[in-house]
Amino acid sequence: MRHASYIGHRSLTVAALFIASALFAQDMPRYRWENFTTAQGLPDNRVYSVCVDGDRVWAGTDNGLALYEKGQWKVFTTADGLAHRAALYVALDKRTHDVWIATMGGLSRYSAGRFDTFTQLNSGLANDVVYGVAVQGDFVWAATAAGASRLNTRTGEWSLFNERNTPMYEIWTYAVSAATDKVYYAVWGGGVLEYDVKTEHWKDYNDPDGETEIVLHKDEGLIHEITTSVSYVNRILWAGTYFGVSRYDGRNWRNFLEKDSGLPSNFMNQVKSVDGTKTWFSTDKGLAYFDGENWATYRPALDTHAPEMLVRDAAGKVTRVAVDTAPAYHYTFGVDFQGDDLWVATAKGVSHGIRIKRGDSKQ
Amino acid sequence: MGRMPFQVGRASRPAFFDGTIPAVRKAGGPTNSVGTPARPTGRLRFAIVAALAFTFLLFGQSAPETPHRYPSPDDMVVSPDGHRLYVVCSGTDELLAVDTVAKSVAGRVTVGRVPRGVAIAPDGKRLYVTNSWSDTVTEIDAPTLKALRTLPAGFEPTGIAADAHGTLYVANRIGGDVSVIDVESGQDAERLPAGRGASYVTASADGAQVYVSHVYPNLAKWRTTPESEITEIDAGRRVVESRIGLHNVGGVFHVALSRDGRLGIAAQMRPKNLVPLAHVEHGWVLGNSLTVFGEDVGGAVQLPLDQIESCFSLPFGVAIAADKSRAYISASGTDEVAIVDLRKLVAAAKAPDAADLANDLSASARYVLARIAVGRNPRTVALSPDGGALYVANRLDDTVSVIDTARGTVTGTIALGGSAMLTAERRGERLFYSSKYAWNGQFGCANCHLDSTFDGLQWDLEPDGFGIDIVDNRQLEDIGGTAPYKWNGGNPDLPTECGPRTERFFFRSQGFRGDDLQDLAQYVTSIPLRPNRYRLPDGELTPAQERGKTLFERTTKKDGAPIPEANQCFVCHSGPYYTNLQLTDVGTGKPTDRSPRIDVPQLTNVVYSAPYLHDGSARTLEEIWTVFNPNDTHGVSNDLTKDELNDLIEYIKTL
Repeated sequence: MRHASYIGHRSLTVAALFIASALFAQDMPRYRWENFTTAQGLPDNRVYSVCVDGDRVWAGTDNGLALYEKGQWKVFTTADGLAHRAALYVALDKRTHDVWIATMGGLSRYSAGRFDTFTQLNSGLANDVVYGVAVQGDFVWAATAAGASRLNTRTGEWSLFNERNTPMYEIWTYAVSAATDKVYYAVWGGGVLEYDVKTEHWKDYNDPDGETEIVLHKDEGLIHEITTSVSYVNRILWAGTYFGVSRYDGRNWRNFLEKDSGLPSNFMNQVKSVDGTKTWFSTDKGLAYFDGENWATYRPALDTHAPEMLVRDAAGKVTRVAVDTAPAYHYTFGVDFQGDDLWVATAKGVSHGIRIKRGDSKQ
Repeated sequence: MGRMPFQVGRASRPAFFDGTIPAVRKAGGPTNSVGTPARPTGRLRFAIVAALAFTFLLFGQSAPETPHRYPSPDDMVVSPDGHRLYVVCSGTDELLAVDTVAKSVAGRVTVGRVPRGVAIAPDGKRLYVTNSWSDTVTEIDAPTLKALRTLPAGFEPTGIAADAHGTLYVANRIGGDVSVIDVESGQDAERLPAGRGASYVTASADGAQVYVSHVYPNLAKWRTTPESEITEIDAGRRVVESRIGLHNVGGVFHVALSRDGRLGIAAQMRPKNLVPLAHVEHGWVLGNSLTVFGEDVGGAVQLPLDQIESCFSLPFGVAIAADKSRAYISASGTDEVAIVDLRKLVAAAKAPDAADLANDLSASARYVLARIAVGRNPRTVALSPDGGALYVANRLDDTVSVIDTARGTVTGTIALGGSAMLTAERRGERLFYSSKYAWNGQFGCANCHLDSTFDGLQWDLEPDGFGIDIVDNRQLEDIGGTAPYKWNGGNPDLPTECGPRTERFFFRSQGFRGDDLQDLAQYVTSIPLRPNRYRLPDGELTPAQERGKTLFERTTKKDGAPIPEANQCFVCHSGPYYTNLQLTDVGTGKPTDRSPRIDVPQLTNVVYSAPYLHDGSARTLEEIWTVFNPNDTHGVSNDLTKDELNDLIEYIKTL
């Protein structure tokens, strides 16, 4: 009887865990994915960046800029004044609702039908290869292949930051995140650079293991020098690299790797945090979400390409959630938020993740 | 060494214009029948000169310079009850309150430097004046005319509108943007990107929309059709909603909106700068016209104001009657006001041939009812609340004309005071802004030198040969000591520049001669330097500017090799105006230029006058070196890093 009791107890425990796991899996955000490709009007399926402005969504593609408005995609090309066909990143000026577009041929501003383009020839921009851009009040920060550039939009003054006036030993800046107090740059091969707005001083954060892929000092600093993305929200810094992700709260570092987290890959194209804790990861093997304890991955399965949602709890247990839709492709470049919804840039189109509320049967 | 002395200080240059005219070259005389001082007769002039000479001998010293200040009314608004007309006077830095019943000045308040625009709060209790040289807005209590606050704005605030939500929209001409000022906090809270030379603003009656016009076309590829815009702002969201493209348009002045918000009108010029300036007789230099836009016309249509034998030059002010029966437009070059039948104007704008009318000199007969002569250089026009009176600010007469709109006649002239004696500069200024000298009154100096600056355009002038020597229009600030003139240095002095050459090749009509020519030259010499916004208030340089100055003055390359003297920045760009007054070949000549030797331009306030180089081929200061200096012939720049070039440019902006 004791044995039977034990078995029964064990069964109950397993059942409880299963139910809890299922409930927990249900708690992770679920989406009904609508995907857009050239068939729906995108200029190219290779979409590097998405940027939400209210009901409108901008997409930077390999062949122009696109705007989704009222159910239609409108395309802007170099013929319209865009600096270059490859629009790598799109940032919104939330005050003016202008958008800034980082391209392979300069930095463009789109303002109510007009493009203004800044290049290394016609302006103080450091370099025409612009990977990232961020708006911070009257300042526009650009991440270029030759360092950081800052434009004061009120005076037109450009300030360049590079190896000559910052601890930037590698000048290939790849992404930028700007808040009112700090500006962070992901420096490809050079870690993370921090600009303190108040003191106007720069500080660098580097991998304590040096430029190696060995992680000797986990959680003691940046996970790797090859940083591709930064996200600074609520005084929390996230840094994405090609070898994992790091989180820094101003005192402590915490690193996340594919092997010990819910990340589908260490290869990070973008990390973007909602509030410092809830964070999205655009990787080469799917889109991932972290709520502070649990992880979820959204993608077409790597083998079957069937829609897939995987949930990993804090204990490492992975649950597969039945879904009918998935983002357009597992290779993701970036996300942006539209209320509870999500927009995703992938290598095979743009995906709109429509949040499924609890009790909503429609997937 | 032969090097030109480099003068860091600028003591030899006139100080910033403070509203006074320093010298009087000719004495004034009695007024003529229309109230303006007549030119002294020869005998009288002799008597005045003799008297001055006697005074000099008697007191053994120079006759004191008498400051002559002219109100120069520019912008105006009418109080909601119609009893007050508030007039901005850019020449005396004042806002005047005119009693519209007594037709006299009832009060005045000093504002900032060179005020240009005024707006009134919808309740009529507050006035807001833009101070274009102070980069501020003065808030004034309307009943007491007491200045309450000074609010910050952008670079050269000009036009202003106040909406019903406590927001001011200020067009910053040099900034090319619009300051969105929250009245309650007094903060210049947002800057909206407008077009180049953002200058005039109007708000719809419900405050929902704001429209901004621009005196300069947007920078574009070299020798392409000028493109300007009317920037439409959604006042509720405080964002630029759209940009109404104005094809082949340069200077755009006032923009007005009908009370129902369905019809907008902007006064503008259509430059014909891509063809040789040789067709004055066909109206093919500057088309004086309107852009009509809004729901009533279903888009934006350009319609001419010129007539076949009588141009309507430099259209400036616009007012639309509340019942949309009439529009009133001032011509600040031909000194008149046109009365336009709005119903017919809209019909023309919607006609099948509307797109072809912009250059049709016969078209204006369809909708222009009358042209009424007013004072000199009429600017703003403002209707009384009942629409019965139209007030016209005659800037160079220091008066306001009152037009009875029912009868279409001038019924009175309100004098605003100021010096009764006309200085040479003032006489010259009148000539500068007058279009009466050109064929059919098509244009004057000020049509290209907008508000005595430039137009941002490149022209093909006949004296050099057609298709030869394309030249960028040069700015005129503080050019007295920069002879010779023209990009090829062909004119040794201003009378040569402004005299027979202008008459023969520009106006194709009688030009400026004799005393007129001297007066005009005197005025051009007196055009002041605007404040430089890039210098720190204490005169110090920022670290970037300091580094740039070092580069500007360097004599060796970064590798230590000496830079030939002729290729050092501060050798050619030396002296108080940063020019050695010589011709130099810096490798920027084009195959179409007759000579590669170019007049070394002065660099004072050069930051304002893009595009650059003699033909305007460099759109920005950067392009001078990044595009047009491949062989280091225009200074040595190819050893500079990008941030060093930026430093150099930051310094040049301060000159």
